[in-house]
Amino acid sequence: MKIRKLTLTTGAAVLLAGAASAAWDEYKPLFALGYAEPEEGQLVHIPPTLQDLEDAAMSPELKDVVRRGHDLFVDTQQLRGQHVFNDMNCASCHMDAGRQPFSAALWPAAITLPDYRGKNWQVNSLEERVVGCFTYSMNGNPPEYGSDTMLAITTYMQWLAKGAPVYPDQEIYGRGYGSVAEPEQEPNYERGKEVYAQSCAICHAEDGQGLKQDGQVVFPPLWGDGSYNWGAGMSRINTSAAFIKHNMPLGQPNSLSDQEAWDVAFYMNSHERPQDPRYTGDVHETREKHANFHGRTLYGTVREVDGHLLGDHDNTGEKDFLRPEILRSRTFD
Amino acid sequence: MKKKQLAGGLALLLGLGLAGTPALAVDGLEGDPQRGEGLTQTCVSCHQADGSGQNVPGGESWPRLAGLSAGYIARQLKDYQEGRRQNSTMAAFANMLDDQAVADVAAYYAQLPVTQAEGGDDVDDATLARGEELARRGDWNQYIVSCQSCHGPGNAGAGDVFPGIASQHAGYIAGQLRQWQEGERDNDPQGLMAAIAKRMSDEDIRAVSAWLARQRVTSAQGDTE
Ligand code: HEC
Ligand code: HEC
Ligand code: HEC
Ligand code: HEC
Repeated sequence: MKIRKLTLTTGAAVLLAGAASAAWDEYKPLFALGYAEPEEGQLVHIPPTLQDLEDAAMSPELKDVVRRGHDLFVDTQQLRGQHVFNDMNCASCHMDAGRQPFSAALWPAAITLPDYRGKNWQVNSLEERVVGCFTYSMNGNPPEYGSDTMLAITTYMQWLAKGAPVYPDQEIYGRGYGSVAEPEQEPNYERGKEVYAQSCAICHAEDGQGLKQDGQVVFPPLWGDGSYNWGAGMSRINTSAAFIKHNMPLGQPNSLSDQEAWDVAFYMNSHERPQDPRYTGDVHETREKHANFHGRTLYGTVREVDGHLLGDHDNTGEKDFLRPEILRSRTFD
Repeated sequence: MKKKQLAGGLALLLGLGLAGTPALAVDGLEGDPQRGEGLTQTCVSCHQADGSGQNVPGGESWPRLAGLSAGYIARQLKDYQEGRRQNSTMAAFANMLDDQAVADVAAYYAQLPVTQAEGGDDVDDATLARGEELARRGDWNQYIVSCQSCHGPGNAGAGDVFPGIASQHAGYIAGQLRQWQEGERDNDPQGLMAAIAKRMSDEDIRAVSAWLARQRVTSAQGDTE
């Protein structure tokens, strides 16, 4: 109980699993909902809340920037037409505004970047990670490096990591979406469609286009022009199966079986979406060139039900360019 | 357009997924608000002429019906009729309506402007702040997802499935949440509402009911696309 108090006042708790377990008392209800408990030696960090921000001894100016970053993260649609060209908010795929374990919490990025990423074969900074999200998940044109928007978002992330060790040696508890064991049966479109009708269509609609009300997105689209593009991590079946298993249906995490999660992820990603910004003009060549990524997507494969070759088109969605100019490579040569 | 699709999805889903729950019986019946108004003489004693209902502290509150979506109202009436939602007060009145009448009263109440709610004025600022947190951001350590992520922007309702709960009477909101906790209300599709209600403490219920009751909803907000 003492430790819990301390947690609240400092806004963050970092303990190694195996030490005083009181540090993640706050997560106990999650374990009861089927989330894995921390393993011996894992790094557990409970990010601060907005209330902690109010109470923190930080300059009011800095607090404003953190709040601005939070606001952009949960309502990214305010950048629609400028940096965002689909119906997503960052928080559409990062529950509790990027705080939740098994929902790609943001703080691990802040303490492990710059780091090497297989996705673009180079060392990426935190800003470049954000550029990636805008390019693929938001089908967008990322904010400039060093811009006010970029600063606000990265400051928000770094604040969420408050108190966590930089470049930790330990494995991080609940990072990414976790993973779901490989299914017994090959993921299947028809089975996935059934899961979709029973568990998802009520919110995301039968046609996957979600629900908009008064111009505001209530339930985000899962495919089509309003959704993430073919270069987004969510288009990987393993990644989306893990996201779905641990976060969907909304409010009922871990309620699908592993098989159902794989099947519905397969079904969801068997639909068209905007072109991968890394498109070379040939879908097979692009798939081949990024085999480490597309090895887990259905991009460039034929959809069995109707023989449609997925990703074989020039549709970039709402934006009128394919690849943002801001993406860059470096060599240090 | 969207609304239609969602309703269609629901019908399909109810037929397909939830065994024992028949497809919407009033689906496809066009409701006439004017005819509906003529059928509400028996309803006004509780739900009032303007559809505002009444907060009854310590008793059974009468919900505001004004501005709830027609699809939602119709399904609740069918659920009372067919025993999926049980309430001795309402069952008798619901049973007075045939399918066309259900569609008509639903259409009537749906087009009334949302009225102001009562209750929730007996709480302190800290309780209200907790209520706002639950309604707008949720408490994810308890896995209480924010109410507005389902009940729509401003908690004013989303489509035909998720009713507006902002500017609903505090006594009614609290009563329904307790019914879900105790399994007395279980007509929510896929158990979506039960999952949330069961994670709430008494204090959470008091807080969120008070905060929601104090919200104003402009009619435009309640309109579905
Ligand atoms: C369509 C879903 C989606 C949207 C929208 C989205 N992301 Fe992500 N995000 C992902 C996926 C998938 C990952 C990778 C998770 C994994 O590692 O398995 C990720 C990872 C991240 C990470 C790295 C986390 C880590 O552990 O290193 C950061 C930072 C991030 N996203 C920021 C953002 C920001 C900022 C936005 C809005 C501009 C955004 N995301 C929008 C799906 C999304
Ligand atoms: C009760 C409504 C509801 C149900 C049911 C539901 N979702 Fe979601 N889903 C949401 C909401 C809301 C979000 C955005 C998260 C947020 O804003 O808090 C979301 C986000 C998502 C996302 C990431 C954003 C995007 O559009 O790509 C995916 C993928 C997703 N849901 C898949 C599913 C799948 C698959 C199912 C069925 C197993 C499902 N959802 C069931 C409400 C729901
Ligand atoms: C004696 C008072 C009384 C009368 C008369 C009455 N109701 Fe109700 N009504 C209630 C109460 C109490 C509830 C909440 C019951 C519960 O907890 O399920 C309710 C609930 C409802 C609901 C569900 C609302 C929601 O938000 O889920 C609808 C719809 C409804 N009534 C319509 C009608 C109609 C139409 C009439 C007239 C034909 C009518 N009622 C007559 C007391 C009354
Ligand atoms: C995962 C989606 C979801 C979330 C999150 C959610 N609800 Fe609901 N809620 C529903 C659904 C669906 C219904 C309609 C149930 C039915 O049709 O019988 C509902 C109905 C209700 C009702 C009954 C309304 C009426 O007119 O009878 C109340 C009260 C309510 N919710 C309160 C809340 C509160 C308070 C929260 C936040 C703490 C919340 N809900 C969060 C899905 C949700």
